[in-house]
Amino acid sequence: MSNAGQDAPLRVVLAKLGLDGHDRGLKVVARILRDAGMEVIYLGLRQTAASIVEAAEQEDADAIGLSMHNAGHLTLAPTMVQALRDADLHTPVIVGGIVPDVDVDELLEAGVAAVLGPGASAAEVAQTVRDAAAVGS
Amino acid sequence: MTPPESTPPSGRARRRGSVDELYAEARKGSRLALGRLLTLVERGGDAADSISELAHTDAGQAHIVGITGAPGAGKSTLTGQLVARYVEAGRRPAVLAVDPSSPLTGGAILGDRIRMDDVVVPGEERSVAFIRSMATRGHSGGLALAVPLAARLFDAVGYDPVIIETVGVGQVEVDVVGAADTAVVVATPGMGDAVQANKAGLLEVADIFVVNKADRPGANDVRRDLDLMLDLSHVTGQEDTNYRPPILMSSALEGAGADEVVKAIDDHLAYLGTNDRRLVRRRHRVRTEVRARIEQALSLRIEAEMDSNAGTEAVAKAEAAELSPTAASTLILDRLLGRT
Repeated sequence: MSNAGQDAPLRVVLAKLGLDGHDRGLKVVARILRDAGMEVIYLGLRQTAASIVEAAEQEDADAIGLSMHNAGHLTLAPTMVQALRDADLHTPVIVGGIVPDVDVDELLEAGVAAVLGPGASAAEVAQTVRDAAAVGS
Repeated sequence: MTPPESTPPSGRARRRGSVDELYAEARKGSRLALGRLLTLVERGGDAADSISELAHTDAGQAHIVGITGAPGAGKSTLTGQLVARYVEAGRRPAVLAVDPSSPLTGGAILGDRIRMDDVVVPGEERSVAFIRSMATRGHSGGLALAVPLAARLFDAVGYDPVIIETVGVGQVEVDVVGAADTAVVVATPGMGDAVQANKAGLLEVADIFVVNKADRPGANDVRRDLDLMLDLSHVTGQEDTNYRPPILMSSALEGAGADEVVKAIDDHLAYLGTNDRRLVRRRHRVRTEVRARIEQALSLRIEAEMDSNAGTEAVAKAEAAELSPTAASTLILDRLLGRT
């Protein structure tokens, strides 16, 4: 048979890391990505770096979206990236939520693929995930 | 047959390693390799065919359990409870959780994992269980191929039991669960009456019934309706006189009743062991899969024939009412079968 399914949908894990109960934004992003033709593996609230690594591995995710609204991003996002690398995973991590502009560079330097702030359009969210998945190896 | 590495879509270059290498790694316990193999299985095509060749020689040990029921019945929560118990018992369960893709965009929200987060045994760093979410995707017959192959792959690399969880709508889903060694149907209060229970389809394939959300009003009515439905199987001779599907009550959120479900699944396997019944199931499963593969290959040819000049013309004539749909399909079918 032919190599069917070359245009298979991107698979994206969405999660909130640690104690942060604000998941409305993550649910909106889940819907945006679904309607952009992606497969969203929704983990939701109170995940740990270890549980997200496990999901990324088992689900063979193309990208991971982390939603952060508790000002923990400078601690948690680099921890997440490191946990993935330790597991030999190079899945790109995209941070969304409330991240002050002055923190963005530090996140990118820590290995975060992209940062999406409030006001990002649906098209921008989907394109950012596509770009990150294309670059991420 | 040496499998070629599936050509990665542009940019997704991380799928390193040949199918052979990935398979060898997965057999040694690499979850990373298994995760990638499952992606190839889902995509179908040459790589999936190679995986099928590799897995079928090593598979055959695992107990394949299908769990199905209406959306929101508590399948994932119950599955999570079962997985936790299997892990505690020292087994290595795998779950294939199937959720629907959007027919409009092809996207999907796979939300089954979120119900299964209690599967790590306290004191262990990580669970030995492997959970994979799978979207139905649009392609015709794709699910009917991907699910049995993914189950066989789990089996071949050492997972047992392999739980296939799917929403019980659609013929393919019913077939997939019906072809398992043990089919568990999850019902809940408020889903209908005795007439519903006697409608053909899902309930007929059940080896075990679980009435979930049993803490809610009406749970006993559901149990009674299912019981009566099984009694009528006796009246009409549909019944297997040696095995009557048990009806268990559970409240999956609290874990109540899950021990009984685990026991019923084990009991059913033991029953299958008598009189070669398990073999009969497996034959049926193989037959179903062979058929699904042929159907998918044929459906590709049907598409091609319909898109050919003659096919397009025949369809256009039918659309313009110059030909009946029957005559148009006969024209195309004759070409497909080489009868012209």
